[in-house]
Amino acid sequence: MHRTWAIIERELRRFRRSPTLIAMSLIMPIVQLVVLGYAFGGQVKHLKVGLVDQDHGVPAVRLHELSNAVAANANTFTPLMYNDLGTALGDLRNGHLNGVLAIPPDFSRRELAGDAPRVALIEDNTDNFVSASLVGAYTGLMAAYNQPAAAPQRVAQQATLDVVEMYPYVPYIQYLLPGSIVMSIFMMVMIGGGIIFVDDKARGLHEGYLVTPITRFELILGFNLSGAIKAVLAGLVLMTIGSLIAGVPNPFDPLRLMRLLVVIVVTAFALVSMMFLLMVRVNDPLVPRATFGVLNTFLYFPSGAVYPTQAFPGWMRAISKIDPFTYAVHAFKCLVLKNTGFGAIGYDLLYLTLFSVIAMTLAVQLFRRTL
Amino acid sequence: MKPAIDVRGIVKKFGDFTAVDDISFSVQQGEIFGLLGPNGAGKSTLIRMLTTLLPPTAGTAEVDGIDVIKDPNGVRKVIGVIPQALTSDLELSVYENLLIFAKLYGVPREKRDSLIAGLLEQVELTKWANEQVKKLSGGMRRRVEIARGLVHHPRVLFLDEPTTGLDPVSRAAVWEMVRKLKEQHELTVLLTTHYMDEADNWCDRIAIVDHGHLMALDSPIRLKASIPGTNTIEASFEDAPADWHQQLESLAGVERVTGDANVARIATDNGPETTTALMMTAAEAGVRVLSLAVQSTTLDDVFVHYTGRQLRDALQEPSAADRSVMVNRGR
Repeated sequence: MHRTWAIIERELRRFRRSPTLIAMSLIMPIVQLVVLGYAFGGQVKHLKVGLVDQDHGVPAVRLHELSNAVAANANTFTPLMYNDLGTALGDLRNGHLNGVLAIPPDFSRRELAGDAPRVALIEDNTDNFVSASLVGAYTGLMAAYNQPAAAPQRVAQQATLDVVEMYPYVPYIQYLLPGSIVMSIFMMVMIGGGIIFVDDKARGLHEGYLVTPITRFELILGFNLSGAIKAVLAGLVLMTIGSLIAGVPNPFDPLRLMRLLVVIVVTAFALVSMMFLLMVRVNDPLVPRATFGVLNTFLYFPSGAVYPTQAFPGWMRAISKIDPFTYAVHAFKCLVLKNTGFGAIGYDLLYLTLFSVIAMTLAVQLFRRTL
Repeated sequence: MKPAIDVRGIVKKFGDFTAVDDISFSVQQGEIFGLLGPNGAGKSTLIRMLTTLLPPTAGTAEVDGIDVIKDPNGVRKVIGVIPQALTSDLELSVYENLLIFAKLYGVPREKRDSLIAGLLEQVELTKWANEQVKKLSGGMRRRVEIARGLVHHPRVLFLDEPTTGLDPVSRAAVWEMVRKLKEQHELTVLLTTHYMDEADNWCDRIAIVDHGHLMALDSPIRLKASIPGTNTIEASFEDAPADWHQQLESLAGVERVTGDANVARIATDNGPETTTALMMTAAEAGVRVLSLAVQSTTLDDVFVHYTGRQLRDALQEPSAADRSVMVNRGR
């Protein structure tokens, strides 16, 4: 039995001398509690709705007023005025809007005639949570609109809301797929990026290449590119298998595949650059292992991979604004769920590229060329 | 002819601890130069400064005429380094390890294969070229490192304790190889070791380093000649009287006696004569001689002379590298 005690004593003594590991094991469940607690089930807000008024009559203006009232109070959505339905629908397709409310030219006439006036809500239904909130908000709005100021002398046919879905129904497994592709890239980055350098340091292997005439930039670029290549392969595998499992319609459209490859490459490089930056001054190989769980929670859940970012509290929305996962997940959602072009993901690609450049530059500055 | 290595007043401090304290020396081209000292003496720190792995706190050094502080990349191009730790990738083959380093050193593509083949032959690893390094013995791995350090035709080769952890046969093989390669590649070699016999046999000149100071520097023969006595007698006694030390000092030929009453280390310029006198004096005084050994003066004696202690005592102390880790962790 004393031998067993020896093992226990050894492990506890070592554990006591790894403060980072202890801190991380305690922080991890707290981080999960807070992040996951706010990541799911929040009320979706801050949506953007294009308002196309082809009528301009007084009843239509009432709809504007009611929309503005929602923006000012519940803040479920903000109406943005569009003169042209085509432009509004283009922005909807490119993900700049969550829905478009079209008030047709005969709305006021039919309203005044009591002839069942209709407005159309064309919505991006690739996010069921967003879609449900939007329809809920507009249903309430139309009910308020139809609320008579005084008891009517005759029953007129009330205004109705026609909901138009832009895309075929998106099951939750398809909704999760973009996040899983990003996660597969991240998993490979965790084992194939900056951590290799930390391992080399722990084993003394880095002395071998630090005495060669390689520059800091060349060395970091080499580590990051090799990590990115491995991560791209992981991303491609998950994209293919995941698309088949989730039943993504027409998954092997060559144009879409080409765009997906671009996003996978840019995402892989952004995440691997971030990881090298985080690990650039780390010497203890236990640190990366201890950090990955926390990092994973902080990056994945606030990104909108499992629930729309519009439902998060302010602090989590702030994380999601700088989180590279957010932009990668958004880009994959556009390509996988909506089959959009580069127009819809240009901003994501720009952010991820800038993120990579900044992370690489900082890593080069912080890298110690000596022991 | 300019020296291959020129060290001028170099200092390295880790916090309050001074690992290398104002050391200066030059290594001539074509020399095998040994830094001799126990763990913690500052040898590895010194070699790491010369190979650009550590910035000196003060002073400077030139390798092949290039300043290690002003132009570290220039230095890296002309040096080959075989660090103390085995730094080859275990998962890669011998050939792949050499190929990667040939690329890191910018060896032109057309020269790589013939160069690697030649080096593998010189370190007698041709048969193992495609074997993963993890499958090789310690001695063979060390030879891979040596070949790797030469893959770009360096002018100066640094070896940090190249034979530590190897069996006597492998140690001899490594030394033989270093000497052969030095001739073939017209190299200057600077190495560290704490094996006195190796330094004695293979180095042209030796610098004895202890506690970060340069204690002595010369050829092994001159170093041995510089200390009193040509022989050393090591003897242990029982029932030695209080004045036994004084009696030993008065024996014929004795130049110096160290140790205590029961174990003495006697430096003499006439081993046989002193031994005879010692035995007779012991018999007269009723002192029992438990053991007695006579040997020619070794570098160990030189070390004792210059540092005041034996290498095996010094080996027990923490090394400068250990201390630097302690300082780093303490930050």
